[in-house]
Amino acid sequence: MSEFIAMGGYGFYVWGAYVVTAVVIVAELVALRARRRAAESLAAGTARTEATR
Amino acid sequence: MNFYQFSSPATFYSFAGRIAPWFAAAAAVLAIVGLWIGFAVAPTDFQQGEAYRIIFIHVAAAWMSMFIYLVMAFWGMLALAFNTRLSAMMAQALAPTGALMTFIALWTGALWGRPTWGTYWAWDARMTSELILLFLYFGIMALRSAIDDPRRADRACALLTIVGAVNIPIIYFSVQWWNTLHQGASVSLSAAPKMASIMLLGMLVMTFAAWFYTIAVALWRVRAIILERERGSGWISGMQGIAA
Amino acid sequence: MTGALALSDNETPFGVGAALRWAVVRDLRLALRSRAELGVQLLFYVIVVSLFPLASSPDRTLLATMGPGVIWVAALLASLLSLPRLFASDFTDGTLEQIALSPFPLPALVSGKILAHWLTTGLPIVVLAPMLGLQYGLDAEISGIVMLALLIGTPILSLLGAIGAALTLGVRGGGSLLALLVLPLYVPVLIFGAGAADAVRAGLSVSAHLSLLTSGLLIALVGAPLATATAVRIALD
Repeated sequence: MSEFIAMGGYGFYVWGAYVVTAVVIVAELVALRARRRAAESLAAGTARTEATR
Repeated sequence: MNFYQFSSPATFYSFAGRIAPWFAAAAAVLAIVGLWIGFAVAPTDFQQGEAYRIIFIHVAAAWMSMFIYLVMAFWGMLALAFNTRLSAMMAQALAPTGALMTFIALWTGALWGRPTWGTYWAWDARMTSELILLFLYFGIMALRSAIDDPRRADRACALLTIVGAVNIPIIYFSVQWWNTLHQGASVSLSAAPKMASIMLLGMLVMTFAAWFYTIAVALWRVRAIILERERGSGWISGMQGIAA
Repeated sequence: MTGALALSDNETPFGVGAALRWAVVRDLRLALRSRAELGVQLLFYVIVVSLFPLASSPDRTLLATMGPGVIWVAALLASLLSLPRLFASDFTDGTLEQIALSPFPLPALVSGKILAHWLTTGLPIVVLAPMLGLQYGLDAEISGIVMLALLIGTPILSLLGAIGAALTLGVRGGGSLLALLVLPLYVPVLIFGAGAADAVRAGLSVSAHLSLLTSGLLIALVGAPLATATAVRIALD
């Protein structure tokens, strides 16, 4: 296992690459969910305004 | 099958909602398979040791970064030619993911370059062109947020994407032109090392994983964009979860 | 409008040639009215070039290596600075709308504007380059190549810049947004233009660089006026 993490001495580079990739992908998905929620509440607000008109 | 029905945001909204999870699942499976091939099956490289394993995401991300841009340009052309809102929304949905792929390509490329060529960054044709691509994406996203009118933004971004697309083959072919202009200069970075077919398989699987991930994310994002831009229309106001 | 055109016998009243001539003459006349503004932009170019030796060491060989690149970057920045002049004032006072509505072909009118822009911005940059090359100790051959490359490259900068200028008309973020949009398009021009001087210094042939630049110019000559005209119409709608 420790040899897997060490990656023949290149661990810093290999994991530096993969971990950051994983982080930004997760960040994109989180941001996407937040955008979705914001869009839904925006649409709900407009629906309420339209309904009471 | 009547494809024109999909140019209606309402129809496409539900269609995208149904197929996106399948692409996401396929992406996850392919990624697991690809990473397993990359780490468990593929042997250690003779020259680069374990550092070469970065190639499995680097190549996928770099390929997607260019492919997404061309797809955006395609949607942009449709948007300008047919004046369809949804085509422009698809282009809008793809941009952030394209920029992300470009960033990943640059980041992983730098970390691959350090142990193999001794430097995080080299101003060679490939890395420079990838950096320019990142700036193109940022420019398109910046233009979209700077223009208030969504329809004007659609058309302006479509035109900018198309103009930038003309840039891409120039940049891409400069890799070959560099080699003829600078013969004998340093390492030939465009020549892929002769690789074992198992490594190629790993790269291919990861590229498909990245592709399906992009499709899923783009479909989810375009759904959010449709909600943002088409809110107020009857089919959204009456929707479950939105209705008052 | 036709009276000022002095059409020859077989020229159509609303054709490309007439449009081009009208636009060039008008824009040159307007530009030369504010000669101070043109002078300031050229001064900016000269000052930027002079900054680099002050910031780094005045070592002669280092300067000779840096020189062509610095001159090119300064040319790029000076070009960027002058781009808003193309459309902004016509846009704000409504003239651009009238120009777009006229029966003249818009790409031709736009080409005329771009030509006038190059004559007042790009051409002075080319002419001044050898003098600035002296600051960097560039020999005659390299200076000559820099001038030639700039002669081919500065029209490309005007053509591509016009697209950006039209896209950002009346948009928030102004100059920096324009720079962000246009600089990635400028980079290949910079690479091949400045690279030509490097090739000479390395003893290699410049023909590859210059032919690439020239083909870029030809593509830009055909594509940019069309793209710019489209962008103008998008901005006016």
